[in-house]
Amino acid sequence: MAESWLDFERPIIELERKIEELKSLDENGALKEEISKLENKASKLREDVYKNLNRWQKVQLARHLKRPYISDYIELMFDNFVELHGDRNFGDDLAIIAGIAKLDGKSVVIVGHEKGRNTKEKIRRNFGMPHPEGYRKALRVMQLAAKFKKPILTFVDTPGAYPGVGAEERGQSEAIARNLREISMLPVPIVVSITGEGGSGGALAIAIGDKILMQEHSIYSVISPEGCASILWRDSSKAPEAAEALKLTAQDLMGFGVIDEIVSEPAGGAHRDSKDAAERLKRAILNSLNELTTLPKEELVRKRIEKFLKMGVYENR
Amino acid sequence: MFWFKKKKTYGLEPQQKKELPDGVWLKCERCGDILYRKELERNLWVCGKCGYHFRIGCKKYIEILSDDGKFEELDGELSSKDPMNFPQYVQKLKNSQKKTGLKEGVLIGDATIGGHKVVFALTDFGFIGGSMGSVVGEKVTRAIQRAKQEKVPLVILTASGGGARMQEGILSLMQMAKTSAHLAELAKAGIPYITILTHPTMAGVMASFASLGDIIIAEPGALLGFTGPRVIQQTIGEELPDGFQRSEFLLKHGMVDIIAERKNLRKTLVSVLDFFEEKK
Ligand SMILES: [Zn+2]
Repeated sequence: MAESWLDFERPIIELERKIEELKSLDENGALKEEISKLENKASKLREDVYKNLNRWQKVQLARHLKRPYISDYIELMFDNFVELHGDRNFGDDLAIIAGIAKLDGKSVVIVGHEKGRNTKEKIRRNFGMPHPEGYRKALRVMQLAAKFKKPILTFVDTPGAYPGVGAEERGQSEAIARNLREISMLPVPIVVSITGEGGSGGALAIAIGDKILMQEHSIYSVISPEGCASILWRDSSKAPEAAEALKLTAQDLMGFGVIDEIVSEPAGGAHRDSKDAAERLKRAILNSLNELTTLPKEELVRKRIEKFLKMGVYENR
Repeated sequence: MFWFKKKKTYGLEPQQKKELPDGVWLKCERCGDILYRKELERNLWVCGKCGYHFRIGCKKYIEILSDDGKFEELDGELSSKDPMNFPQYVQKLKNSQKKTGLKEGVLIGDATIGGHKVVFALTDFGFIGGSMGSVVGEKVTRAIQRAKQEKVPLVILTASGGGARMQEGILSLMQMAKTSAHLAELAKAGIPYITILTHPTMAGVMASFASLGDIIIAEPGALLGFTGPRVIQQTIGEELPDGFQRSEFLLKHGMVDIIAERKNLRKTLVSVLDFFEEKK
């Protein structure tokens, strides 16, 4: 069976499997001591590995093939989801899922990237890399939310906007720029969750909001580590060094004041227990929404624009 | 306006020459024709044979576009830090400052164009590819705020092949959001915004303030787009169509309003400003 565990996960997974095996053999409790020893060992190993992850390991976790995607979160967090298709202009971009749903009984609008789980799905979803029509669909549905005063929840997980001829012909830049301008003025609460890979402008185009949440093992960057490495050192295999230079983890971004909250993940990452991951994320989203719905809409927009105004580091001399 | 400390007026300054090739005779980068420098200068650095528009840097554009070549610079003291501790960044900044005579990749200031008071901002490709880091984002934002406060049109000329500046990481990406959000406020206030796209304007700059003009003017043959052509070619593994991502390609696909040759740029801009601000 082809498995998609990362190198640094494997020793933990193997130990966990051994424990499971012993448990199944242990009919009369004779192995109890041995099992508990191994369990201690496993928990210590988990702690060691995950406390000291370097940035490249974080990148790998953020891109983990088992990591929950928006379609998983829709299933685990929301009720009555109805998907809405198309940009009313050119087509329907499956790299972005948009729709309406209930979150704890309240109507919300959802927009997010979908990478696709298996090969066939990945191709259908274009690996979560949108064309302009994807961003235009996102904006259309967000404007629908604004018209009917429903909060917007976005889920960000993309390698980036698709680099292709059609994408350029149809105005990839214009679509992204327009989203940045228009979303900043929408008079409804917007909660953004970075759940995996925040790939540059292709991520930002649906990541303008009042609260920016970021899962513990997700990343967000101006350029991919591979792209950065090939510009800096003309060698994309130096991506691990580039990841360090780019400072792209949730913890880094919290330090730069770019995000508002880090949402914890279950031990080992969201993919080890997607139900638990969804619950934690849902709680954080609900807290943000509760806070935001008390604000008058003018203040909401003013605060949103101010929030971005503050971003940046420079000096006056 | 507490931030308008230093005011500088650019006239015909000799330091500009540094950005352009030296020598009496020059070779056209496109057609290979040998050109006489004086002639090329008279022709605003456009090849007389093939129409190739040489890159000229932001100060030359000020001379060409604004009345009497005058420009009252604002916020010229803003300079970059190295928030990411990024490899080679400090050195890169120093080299760019030396090469261009600019402190950062954008100039903002007050100018008069065809009798119209405007706020004018220009990015410069010579400064780390005209890329947008914190300073460029902040200065463009201040230019937007000033146009809104003074109720005068905003004109931004771009030469930003570098997009969002990698060396300032996520902070550069956020400048796209910052500038675009402020353009939303400018639009709400009903202030005209005109962009002039020159070679090359790509990625994070093209996908934010450069694409948001009420009127978008491009110089002929400029490379304009989101992803660079080489990356696209590597991704799709096919030859790119002729003229891909050039101004004419964008015009054909509905992404720019006007293509104006450099010699007509000022005239075109003034016509547009005359439309917005009718003479009393
Ligand atoms: Zn020529």
